Amino acid sequence: MVARLRGRYGSGIDPKTYLGQNYIVADPSIVYELLQILRDDEQYDYCVDVTAVHYPQRKDQEFDIVWILYSFEHNQRVRVKAMIKDGDPAPSVVALWTTANWLERECYDMFGIRFEGHPDLRRILLPDGWKGHPLRKEYGITQQDSEWVKINLGIESGQ
Amino acid sequence: MADILKSEQSSSSVEHIEAEKGAAPPFLDATELILNMGPQHPSTHGVLRVILKLDGEKVLNTECVIGYLHRGVEKIAEHRTYAMFNPYVDRMDYVAAVSNGLGYCEAVEKLLNTEAPPRAQWVRTILTELNRIASHQLWLGTHALDIGAITPLFYTFRDREEILKIFEKYCGARLTTHAFRIGGCLYETYDGFEQDVKKFCDFVTPKVDEYETLLTTNRIWLERTKGVGVLKAQDCIDLGVTGPVLRASGVKWDLRKAQPYAAYKNFEFDIPTGQNGDTYDRYMVRVAEMRQALRIIRQAVDSIPEGPIMGKVPKVMKPPVGEIYHSIEAPKGELGYFIVSDGSTQPYRIRVRPPSFVNLQALGKMVEGALMADVVAVIGTLDIVLGEVDR
Repeated sequence: MVARLRGRYGSGIDPKTYLGQNYIVADPSIVYELLQILRDDEQYDYCVDVTAVHYPQRKDQEFDIVWILYSFEHNQRVRVKAMIKDGDPAPSVVALWTTANWLERECYDMFGIRFEGHPDLRRILLPDGWKGHPLRKEYGITQQDSEWVKINLGIESGQ
Repeated sequence: MADILKSEQSSSSVEHIEAEKGAAPPFLDATELILNMGPQHPSTHGVLRVILKLDGEKVLNTECVIGYLHRGVEKIAEHRTYAMFNPYVDRMDYVAAVSNGLGYCEAVEKLLNTEAPPRAQWVRTILTELNRIASHQLWLGTHALDIGAITPLFYTFRDREEILKIFEKYCGARLTTHAFRIGGCLYETYDGFEQDVKKFCDFVTPKVDEYETLLTTNRIWLERTKGVGVLKAQDCIDLGVTGPVLRASGVKWDLRKAQPYAAYKNFEFDIPTGQNGDTYDRYMVRVAEMRQALRIIRQAVDSIPEGPIMGKVPKVMKPPVGEIYHSIEAPKGELGYFIVSDGSTQPYRIRVRPPSFVNLQALGKMVEGALMADVVAVIGTLDIVLGEVDR
């Protein structure tokens, strides 16, 4: 599989293995196409998870977007990883796997990453009017949107 | 909304209906009704709010509002050491705390490149399977209660108590057990643990049949569950639905078989599946799973190996830089942990892949075009725990 993908994308992808788990680091420009090929040609038909990791110190590549895929046919998992810049949109895979809908919404809610092509990108766990994205590294653990708390709950602090 | 109420009032007057003879009463023209269900509704199993768009009794559209129980578990993890985060995972799916702990401990062990000793693996398997039965019993009781049968709730809670007693004797806690540690188990089994577990198996085997006599051929139960909330295999895969819901749709897939963890590869058991993917099949699958769990426990308790129960792990855990994804078959589906280590004592990021959250997404698809009363049955059959949905 790796050889096939290599032939197609050359240096655009970088397949790696760590502790027996395979993952592919892909260029953000080709990652949607790569995911589509993984689904259609390599039978990775089940999208387990879509998530992100924030690295504020990494210039112009602040976010890792991680797609975890599984193939019922081969009983194998693969992770696809793309590094994007803070503020840049990531491709939405809702058209490939419906399950990505809520997973991408959560990712947007927690990190503020926009998924281009998502049908309904809104907050999911936090209330709609909330300011800030809590899983970003600069967001403090006790931080909250005190204005929202005051207006909506009528108390000084939610803690 | 106000218009509908007004027109209903006016329709109650005989005069009005006579005045518009031939034409339909005006309130029948109001085709859509927005109904808010929850977050304090008893059948939503916690703080789930569902906004329903109804046409009479028919559901046109649904929207789930979640997050009422959001505690920021993933954020907390970044500010705790690996061992300190362990009790927090029990508070996600609090009816299956042991499974959560197993998934987390195994994920960190993988990241540390170690393994728990065989004795710990066996004890873990026994406790996790006991927890699976407890989770399914709680599900069965509350699900039947939602549909209108009260008795199963008393039966299942009576029997679940015996499992909680074993947990209490083993580690002191009944619900949020924190039974496992990274590298094995903290506690050695108590004197008489094997006998207690065997006694429980003998006690509960006829009880599972008893649940079935109450429901399996019950006319009301059949009417309320057969053909309700149908989910086809392809839809399940597309929606990422796992666990008994996936198996009831005919996909024979269980992580305990597909990618064995703990001590599962040493035991014989079947994967029960359904055909129709409706609420009734999901009920049958879960009941069959209770029996399979008992089968695993019986084999495991007879063959617990001797040896240490805690492996050698450093006091200060500093996994090397890297990331790992590990998942287990929790009672509700695939529970995964994606852990990123930066080489320090605290995880850089922990992502929990919650089965309840992903399965709940299928609700919209399952109730589209169904009746209002079926929404209650479908929420029950999905077996969600809001602590895990919201984290």
